[in-house]
Amino acid sequence: MFAGSEIAALLAELRITHVVWLPDSGLGPWESALESSAAFRLIRVTRESEAWAIAAGLHIGGARPMVIMQTTGLFDSGDSLRNAMFDLGIPLFAIIGHRSYLVENSMDTAKRFAEPILKAWGIDYVLLTRDDELPRLREHFLACQSASKPGVVLVAEGRM
Amino acid sequence: MATEIPKRSRMPLVPALEVVRALRTSEVLVTTMGTAREWPRLGDHPLDFHYIPSAMGQSSTIALGIALAQPKRNVIAFTGDGSLLMNLGCLVTIAASGVKNLTLIAIDNGHYEVTGGQRTAASLTSTDFAGLATAAGFQSVSMFDDLIDWQNGAAAVFHLPGPRFVSLIVEPIGGDYFLNPPGPMGPRLERFREALKA
Repeated sequence: MFAGSEIAALLAELRITHVVWLPDSGLGPWESALESSAAFRLIRVTRESEAWAIAAGLHIGGARPMVIMQTTGLFDSGDSLRNAMFDLGIPLFAIIGHRSYLVENSMDTAKRFAEPILKAWGIDYVLLTRDDELPRLREHFLACQSASKPGVVLVAEGRM
Repeated sequence: MATEIPKRSRMPLVPALEVVRALRTSEVLVTTMGTAREWPRLGDHPLDFHYIPSAMGQSSTIALGIALAQPKRNVIAFTGDGSLLMNLGCLVTIAASGVKNLTLIAIDNGHYEVTGGQRTAASLTSTDFAGLATAAGFQSVSMFDDLIDWQNGAAAVFHLPGPRFVSLIVEPIGGDYFLNPPGPMGPRLERFREALKA
């Protein structure tokens, strides 16, 4: 939906220092732009649950991380996310690819459970479904940072 | 019928930790699980981060984050063998990150101590954690199962190129499983953050 160059420029504007990610097919095309940005460092994880702990450590150490993954990774992340956001109280922020959201009548359970799970965690999120909605990512990130609370932006995707 | 556990040489945990304590100067030190129980008994330091309550297996990765954010500080992270098994991919993540200032010390006692001393799957196979770290791409990998060797070799280990992995083969501490967090996380985290700014 968004070009990698757009995302990289926005993350630079938001003074992100590290992007901790595990891509899916929707987010994967951002790799080149994220990797080549001089504004932040791209950290690749092997499983999404690692990303929250790394981001927590970065935040504790004074950095400004952004987590990027797919909803399936969010499902895998439960205990790590719970610990970082709620036990440690760290206001992490993530961009999460909402798999199959744009597929009408999709039977993909990743589509069905994504938003209920964010609601269950009590995580403030916005859903972006159109190409012209990138400014909402900026607004939501800044609002969450200002309130010192965790946040998520869901980016609508097609098939996995 | 119980599966036989392969026999191997093991050192006592507390003297093994005392070796690290004697060498530690201004390093950040992350503890979790069994080490979060034993390390605070050896003393207190503002750059100690006792990662409890924790997400099991994530002490290595939270330490990676701290090390990346604070590249001028050396970070030492303890993990248990049970914890490491829950997050083996972290070995690759750490190596791939290019971090230089991180030493991951795996305390391998073959048991899940904080749940009452049940055996890990790895204890049935003599899993070679040092071998896994080598295969993952750690710059320096060491293994010690003898206290005298560890006492004599530890100082050199911390001067090897990073990231460093140290496997310490230790005896379980039977009957002392209870893990009592040393105070609420909020004030502990605040103190730690302040110490990082100093």
